[in-house]
Amino acid sequence: MSAAAENAPGRAKVIPIESAPSWTSPEGAGLADRLAGAVGGALSGPLGPAATRLFGKGWEGRAAEGLAFLRRRVTGDYEVDEFGFDRELTEEVLLSLLRPLAEKYFRIDVQGVENIPAEGGALIVANHSGTIPLDALMTQVVIHDHHPNRRHLRMLAADLVFVLPGINELARKAGHTLACNEDAQALLERGEVVGVWPEGFKGIGKPFSERYKLQRFGRGGFVSSALRARVPIVPCSIVGAEETYPMIGNVRTLARLLGLPYVPITPTFPWLGPVGMLPLPTKWTIRFGEPIATDTYPAEAAEDPMLVFDLADEVRETIQHSLYQLLVQRRSVFF
Amino acid sequence: MGCSTVGVVVLVTGVARHLGARFVAEVRRRPGVDLVVGVDVQPPRLPVEEPAGPAAPYRFHQLDLRRPALSRVLAEHRVDTVVHLSVSATGLGSTNRSAVKESNVIGTMQLLGACQKAPGVSRLVVKSTTGVYGSAPRDPAVFSERIQPKDPPGGGFAKDASEVEGYVRGFARRRPDVAVTVLRFANIVGPDADTPLSEYFALPVLPTVLGYDPRLQFVHEDDAVAVLCRASGEPEPGTVNTGTFNVAGEGVLLLSQCARRLGRPTLPLLLPAVSWMAVLARQTRLVDVSPEQLRLLTHGRVVDTTRLRETFGYRPAFTTPEAFADFAAARGPGLLPPERLAAVTDRLAALLGPEGSAAVPNRPRRPRS
Repeated sequence: MSAAAENAPGRAKVIPIESAPSWTSPEGAGLADRLAGAVGGALSGPLGPAATRLFGKGWEGRAAEGLAFLRRRVTGDYEVDEFGFDRELTEEVLLSLLRPLAEKYFRIDVQGVENIPAEGGALIVANHSGTIPLDALMTQVVIHDHHPNRRHLRMLAADLVFVLPGINELARKAGHTLACNEDAQALLERGEVVGVWPEGFKGIGKPFSERYKLQRFGRGGFVSSALRARVPIVPCSIVGAEETYPMIGNVRTLARLLGLPYVPITPTFPWLGPVGMLPLPTKWTIRFGEPIATDTYPAEAAEDPMLVFDLADEVRETIQHSLYQLLVQRRSVFF
Repeated sequence: MGCSTVGVVVLVTGVARHLGARFVAEVRRRPGVDLVVGVDVQPPRLPVEEPAGPAAPYRFHQLDLRRPALSRVLAEHRVDTVVHLSVSATGLGSTNRSAVKESNVIGTMQLLGACQKAPGVSRLVVKSTTGVYGSAPRDPAVFSERIQPKDPPGGGFAKDASEVEGYVRGFARRRPDVAVTVLRFANIVGPDADTPLSEYFALPVLPTVLGYDPRLQFVHEDDAVAVLCRASGEPEPGTVNTGTFNVAGEGVLLLSQCARRLGRPTLPLLLPAVSWMAVLARQTRLVDVSPEQLRLLTHGRVVDTTRLRETFGYRPAFTTPEAFADFAAARGPGLLPPERLAAVTDRLAALLGPEGSAAVPNRPRRPRS
């Protein structure tokens, strides 16, 4: 960029843009021109040094990147995949919003990220907790930020996510999809890193007294998907999420009325209102364990219920064991 | 099948519509086609244009598929290939839903009955829709041909199409000697395709459902015609053209992306408000947005086209974004033309000086092969 700056003669010069031939309305052009002139004059004149001081060196470059991003967004010039994953939006906006939570608030300690393959499909299986699936979102952030290839985690989410307006839109754009065999297999066969929380609502909505006790792993459908796609299973243990919202009660009647799996009562919610919705600033550890290979099994292994249950149990034991280890090593919940 | 050596007689239903007319023009140019017979309840709106160069003769019969007159036509011309394109979301004359349903379902039953009695018929191609998968939040994100939807369409055109497919499957069982192809088309778009969704996209402001950004897929009408032609002839070596195939351009567009590329602002409204508006618009004959379309515009739908590419052996020339770009280019500019928005950001970037403008990639808007 600095080379370009040296070569260019002038600064605030309006460059004719080829791709914008239909600058039709004279009124709009006049207004934009005047605006452009004013802003340009101010920046090249008195405001320039001030802006440099305010935003730091190289702010022009960053502003230009921001404008280029804005340009692509407003003209619809970006791509989404078949599942609705909007890579650009996820990288530029969604992950940027979640990153402070992962780095500053929960101060996540990430271990064993090298156990996630550099390329090709993998199935991450993790424990679920904390009333709100923050643990899943945080896992997505740390995999993207810590993995050398900046891989994106494609999560399999409960159908409730895709029924709720707003949430379903964001979930699809962040690359999540419905937890069903078809989607899991399609993603794994495309070589994506897929994340699954097989405990489901049983895990995330369990009372605080049962913290770090893994619940039943459903029907083990995730194992069949991994066997069919012949991808490794990476067990993942998350410590710290259990204490973000310690669930001490559940308003069952209200939950049934609202069609939700549970309505939590925590020491702060609903007593403190919106403040009570803040998660407690616990210290987290996310550990990715040794991958469990599935390509050594014959092709028809996915249809063998005994083998599927055994493998699911193996994964579950591994996660539980690693959870206990991490808990023993933990100094305190908050530090 | 021996008929290909003698020359093929193709019967096409639904020729009064745009797609039918285009298919007729195309199939007449195919070598080995002796005669093309067109059938519809109305004569085509536009006069049939004589294709340049050698073309098979064309006959048009104005008849209602719901009446058994078709058997006579099949026998008279010794038809061996039937291409059934008249299953459609909208009626030609009336917009009455029950009349449309009757023409779709009863018309198909009559057609299949006539084909069953006609020993010469050796190939049947039926145009269906990806609407048979429905649109629901609890279904897989990508439908392959084998997936049974959890929420099958409860009514409307999509239900007609799934009933039609059921009758076609029955026909295929009773006449195993007939090569049957069912083509499930995504929304067909093109410079002048007259599909229901194009009416929606013609609105100056697009009402959308708040909190939902559906994934949509399109297929260009050129590809639709090419796929129909391929299905109505002998399969090329190494490919199979019988069975059920999803037909859609590669890739996906979100509704918000479509609106931005068209340059039309969106108006997000709560679902009940949008449903109410759709009913009002239908009653006032302003725009025909059916409940199933509303479901599509809420939950979206994406199909897997691996079978089309690998088994059927056809790769659509237009991807979904390219097909949509072609459609958008034929429409007038909207209230917020993308070129103009791009120009504003480009000007702002230009203000930042050469450093800034160097960072702006000047990508072409419509990559076309």
